[in-house]
Amino acid sequence: MLKKHPLIGYSLFGFVLFLISNRVDELRVFQGASVAIYVIAIASIILLTGYSGQVSLGHGALLAIGGYAAALSRNHWGVPVWLAFCIAVLAAALGGYLLGLAAARLSGPYLAGTTLALAIGLPSIANQFSIFGGEQGLLFDIGKPPASFGESLTQYKWFFWIASLAALISIYWLRNVMNSRYGRSWKSVRSNDVAAELAGINIGRNKVLAFTISAGIAGLAGALLAMSISTVSPGAFPLTLSFSLATGAVLSGVTTLGGVMIGAVTLVAIPEIVGSAVSRFESSDAVANNLPGLLVSALLILTVLFVPNGPVEQLRARREKRAKS
Amino acid sequence: MIQFFNMLLIGIGAGSIYALMAIAMVLVWRSTRVVNFAQAGMALLSTYIGFELVQKTGNFWIALPLAMILGAVFSSLVEILLIRTLIKHSTSGPVAGIVPIIATLGLLGFIRAIIGFIWGNQDVQIKAPLSQIGFRVGSQTIALSPMNLFVLLTVFGMVIVLGFIFQRTNLGLSLRASAYAPEIAQLAGVRVGAIRTVGWAIAGAAGAAAGLLQTVNGTGALSPDSLEFSLLLTFGFIAAVVGGLESLPGAVLGALVLGLVLAIVQIYISGTLVFIVAFALLLLVLLVRPQGFIGVKAGRRA
Amino acid sequence: MSLIVKGLTVDHGAIRAINDVSFTVEKGKLSAVIGANGAGKSTLLRALSGLNSATAGSAEWSSHNLLHGKPEAHVRKGVSHVSEGKSVVAELTVEENLDLGALWRRNKREATESKSQAIALFPRLGERLSQRADTLSGGERQMLAIGRALMSKPELLLLDEPSLGLAPLVIEQIFQTIRSIVDSMGLTVVLVEQNAMGALKIADTAVVLNLGSVAATGSAAELIADPAVRAAYLGY
Repeated sequence: MLKKHPLIGYSLFGFVLFLISNRVDELRVFQGASVAIYVIAIASIILLTGYSGQVSLGHGALLAIGGYAAALSRNHWGVPVWLAFCIAVLAAALGGYLLGLAAARLSGPYLAGTTLALAIGLPSIANQFSIFGGEQGLLFDIGKPPASFGESLTQYKWFFWIASLAALISIYWLRNVMNSRYGRSWKSVRSNDVAAELAGINIGRNKVLAFTISAGIAGLAGALLAMSISTVSPGAFPLTLSFSLATGAVLSGVTTLGGVMIGAVTLVAIPEIVGSAVSRFESSDAVANNLPGLLVSALLILTVLFVPNGPVEQLRARREKRAKS
Repeated sequence: MIQFFNMLLIGIGAGSIYALMAIAMVLVWRSTRVVNFAQAGMALLSTYIGFELVQKTGNFWIALPLAMILGAVFSSLVEILLIRTLIKHSTSGPVAGIVPIIATLGLLGFIRAIIGFIWGNQDVQIKAPLSQIGFRVGSQTIALSPMNLFVLLTVFGMVIVLGFIFQRTNLGLSLRASAYAPEIAQLAGVRVGAIRTVGWAIAGAAGAAAGLLQTVNGTGALSPDSLEFSLLLTFGFIAAVVGGLESLPGAVLGALVLGLVLAIVQIYISGTLVFIVAFALLLLVLLVRPQGFIGVKAGRRA
Repeated sequence: MSLIVKGLTVDHGAIRAINDVSFTVEKGKLSAVIGANGAGKSTLLRALSGLNSATAGSAEWSSHNLLHGKPEAHVRKGVSHVSEGKSVVAELTVEENLDLGALWRRNKREATESKSQAIALFPRLGERLSQRADTLSGGERQMLAIGRALMSKPELLLLDEPSLGLAPLVIEQIFQTIRSIVDSMGLTVVLVEQNAMGALKIADTAVVLNLGSVAATGSAAELIADPAVRAAYLGY
């Protein structure tokens, strides 16, 4: 029943989240919000890379566009929060569209390197024009939670709620897109672009569409990220963010949406686990700062070598093999 | 007039360092058909090792070749442990192209973390072995110092030596054949695996030189998150692409062009726009002439 | 010193490409392996040269186990494989392609001799030594591929569909050249072909593969005369 009516599944999941959020402390709630944001961002990469076969190492830049667009529209035009998020999506989608136009002609390492260059270059624009607030960045305040929800809804719980709702909606929508004819045409381009072209699929347009949608989703994640830390600045979207997202996508299984939680949770969990392990063992600063990076990188390398399609896909393949024999 | 000339020199000086990095990337590409995003990270590690060597021996001129040798060794290890595993487990399908890219990215993060472990996140300093004050021409000081000159000569020398190796020696023929058509090379009796390792070793040495020279050519400061190394990574890649990934002289040309363009931007427009301009240049080249200035157009896709 | 293949079985994942194939080729003889597309002919050669690994069976040449070891090692034992699709390296020049085959050889003087021999055999190559291989015509590329294989000083030569995609006149030339190589150099040759008639005409013995298994073996003359073979592969 859940398969046929996914909406019910999502609503149930949302309800469970609600119950949990009322019972855990603020830090966990904040981390929950981070997970939700990562889910959205990773999903955008899965769409682009897993489905449309285009590598982007610079999604951090697209998140930045979303974040800045939301902050600017709210600060200068005083728009309501939900509209700020919509503007973030549109702005990032526009960026993605332009990038996609260029990217459609590139492939493999050239595309990767170009997006990498963008990820490194874009934040520097913030330092150039004062409207972006330079290194300090801009404030992004979405205001207090509505009084009607009562005292128990803290600021962070409010963030968690907005992020989770956005994540649920995004994933639900993305699943529909991937199962639609667009998703199918991406898949066919991915497996054999010469054949797809012969079958009448306009590859260029497909790739650009994938980039645009992926960017829009990433923009949403960027705006939510800005919300959760109440600021937007170049430092919030460093190169390591783009790398982390790529990592999360690979850990989740880049070809399918199903495992997206795995990557998101891992990205949030590892610094947490390492942090508590380090404080327990009283290691030096050097260890504390670098162990998360070390573990994530090692995990990435091992995953990409031995389970390149992600654990979900691997399990599915094994189940199919067993069913056949 | 002098300012223009100086700007040229600055651009060429910066470009020559990117050229070393670009050479390393082209070497790896030509011998393995992989773009090694971890190249800069490996160069960084070699540079730290170079720093230790300078401390221990007190002599930069001993430390430099030693660091290059160690860089070659480390690079070979990476090829043996990581790349061979990659090739053995290579899948077909959608992830195939992405896997090497992500793997080298993972390696980059790994190396950065190791560096942080060993040396902490503080800056270290390597003193330049040559004067960084410009030569005097008549009454003016031009923007070319003995240190700059050394770097330029090193790059020039490397291109000539490597070009010679690739085009005129049996090793070079093995390297090229192994990269273009590994199966045919195997059937011709070339030990493709070992040859690939050699390619990576040479690249490792070039990268080590890039890292060390970049550091002493600039402020001499070194840290795991050196902006300079993001620069090195990006600009090395852009330079390699602009020149055409297939060609060593092309990579150097691309790097010099990049260095010049960036110098112009830095001096006449604004320093912070440097990255975006580099990005725009990259995009321009990729869209207009994807094989780079010197490269030859690739054949049919299928 | 014959090539003795016994019970060779090769799998491609879940598909059995070659099943229990056995045949023998005597030293200095040319054996044709014919069969329809997908019969497993290429896989057979790839297993013999070490590119693919075998699931079961044995293949011995000159007391070397061909199923063990990498292709690079086989070359040093005198096995040369020209894989399908005109296996030349497009980006290298004609001369570099030839030199490639002799890189592993210690004796440089002998290698130079081999190059002269190859050029004598294929004069067209001699005219185009400094041209890039991708500027050659199909027939010339095939000659280059065979020339490259000869540069490795092989005793056993494995040829995979050299006639593919070539004009009839060129095919005739190439087949004649292959026969002359066997006669003058005393090489042992396994010639995989879809062009059954052409192959059988120059061969001493032949093996017919069908869907991965041996359908018939015998001398070339016998098989040309065999009505079943004629109907299936020779078209009359």
